[in-house]
Amino acid sequence: MATATAPLGRPLTVTSSARVSRGLWHDALRRLLRNRPALVGLAVILVFVAAAILAPLIAPGDPLAGKLVDRIKPPGGLHPMGTDLQGRDVLTRILYGARISLLVGIVSVGLGVTMGGLIGAVAGAFGGKVDTVLMRVVDVLLAIPGILLAIGVVVWLDRGLPQIMFAVALTNAPIFARLLRGSLLALRESDYVVAARSIGASTPRILFRHMLPNALTSVIVAATLALATAIIDVAGLGFLGLGPPDPRTAEWGTMLTDATSFYRQAPWIIFFTGAAISLTAIGFNLVGDGLREALDPRLRH
Amino acid sequence: MLKYLVRRLLAAIPVLLGLSVVLFAFVHLLPGDPVAALLGQHATPELTAQIREQLGLNKPLYEQYVIYLGQLLSGDLGKSVINNRSVVSELALRFPGTIELTGAALVFAIGLGIPLGRLAARHAQGWTDGVVTVISLLGISIPIFILGYTLQFFLSVQLKWLPTSGRLDPRTHLDAVTNFMLVDSLLAGRLDVFVDAVKHLILPAIALGSIPLAIITRITRAAVLDVANEDYVRTARAKGLSERRVDDRHVMRNAWLPVVTVIGLQVGGLLAGAVITETVFSWNGVGRYVVEAIQDHDYLVVQSTILVFALIFLAVNLLVDVGYAFLNPRIRFS
Repeated sequence: MATATAPLGRPLTVTSSARVSRGLWHDALRRLLRNRPALVGLAVILVFVAAAILAPLIAPGDPLAGKLVDRIKPPGGLHPMGTDLQGRDVLTRILYGARISLLVGIVSVGLGVTMGGLIGAVAGAFGGKVDTVLMRVVDVLLAIPGILLAIGVVVWLDRGLPQIMFAVALTNAPIFARLLRGSLLALRESDYVVAARSIGASTPRILFRHMLPNALTSVIVAATLALATAIIDVAGLGFLGLGPPDPRTAEWGTMLTDATSFYRQAPWIIFFTGAAISLTAIGFNLVGDGLREALDPRLRH
Repeated sequence: MLKYLVRRLLAAIPVLLGLSVVLFAFVHLLPGDPVAALLGQHATPELTAQIREQLGLNKPLYEQYVIYLGQLLSGDLGKSVINNRSVVSELALRFPGTIELTGAALVFAIGLGIPLGRLAARHAQGWTDGVVTVISLLGISIPIFILGYTLQFFLSVQLKWLPTSGRLDPRTHLDAVTNFMLVDSLLAGRLDVFVDAVKHLILPAIALGSIPLAIITRITRAAVLDVANEDYVRTARAKGLSERRVDDRHVMRNAWLPVVTVIGLQVGGLLAGAVITETVFSWNGVGRYVVEAIQDHDYLVVQSTILVFALIFLAVNLLVDVGYAFLNPRIRFS
């Protein structure tokens, strides 16, 4: 007979394998490292993170200034990914662009999780009127489809990286508010929370020790997947002409817009820049899906 | 059922009010002098005075809001600062294009997504499943503008199979009746124009439909797999029903609910995606209207269009929920 010694904060399921469970995070990490697509995704992300950090060291050219004699050179030789209309090296600009995309993506999702998480936690923990009011606010934000909300905010606050971060964060916040509130409400009724309450645990202790760690798993999964969307949305804003105010900035979306006017002559710029954006998104999507499976073993498909 | 509908309609009112406050704030709390910000480089003394008058900026804020709300309720969405055209009439002119585009994208996503999802579920963990998983991963990961330009470059520019942009060949003359090209061409009895309009639709619809395609495929696969393990499916098989009958009568009928919900949820994404798709394919719809308004700093137009998009989004969500309640009695009575 298996004695139920699973640590608190984890549903008491008796696993069929004889292996001793060493806690949710340890198990999840082991499952994640066995998941090949997730590992591929992780490798892709690491490559882009490395590119972003090392850009000034490894980039072959100057991201902002180019020589006009080098304009619109196809890939090859000194320029493995060709050059653009101003004669700037495309590879260099993609490497520097990774800095903006990753930074803005991570900061905006982080900010979105924090804002949404706070709203969701307060709504889920207090319930009642507070819950109703907060959720109506969330409904209003959710009623404006994703990138349109971001467009509105950037137009309103004027162009600039902090504004873009805030705009994308604002599109993410309501999603996380709903998610956290939903998990907290469901957890309130769960056996181990009832058990903790019945042995006299204080409300903060129940919230921080028992409820939040359990609600956190779904937030982590959603945040990873949101990173993919955030990076696409940031590029989308740049594509619509709402990128960083300096038009020379090496930002992936802005690079695409610049390339569209002459893409018949220089299709490689859109190809390589598009590949960079898509690959980053693929990386985060693969890791997000892997995390989902790793953190919730019941979800096999 | 009626009670449920009324309850849902009442619940939409605070959201709409909240939305109007947010959008009111959007224009009236623009940093700095709102009129200067609204007009930007178009500011002239006369225009500034006119806009100030139009927005009633001399009155207290709450009074301005009440006036704004009154205008909205009477269907007045304001005028463009640039060309003084009414937003409502511009939207009426351009919405058919957006509806045609999003409709075609949805048809593509559903028409391909559901069969792909069922196929993947039937061969779960096999290579077909793997291929379908990769397709849906690419669908959600490749941004619309990149897929759009890639399709355009290979299929239109290089192979010349399909037109690059626009809704019709520019040389065609067609009397606008409904502004739905597919309808107008048939009304005029021009089958060649109809075919041309369909050809123009294909690439934008694929680009825009790629994300919902990926999501619908995934959900269908998961829903079918969920149901496939149910007792009644095993029973149906055990009593000797053909595989096809089990699939149609026992699996799909129960797998529909999550699939229908997710299809409804795609509408918001499609509207947002239309903004980008229409820019890529020079498609004359509401999305391009917004982008042009952004470039012209025509903020009143941006504000009003976002409001209309949100309204549509809420209306569609309501329809989906009502349809869902209709299909699933458990929701209605909760």
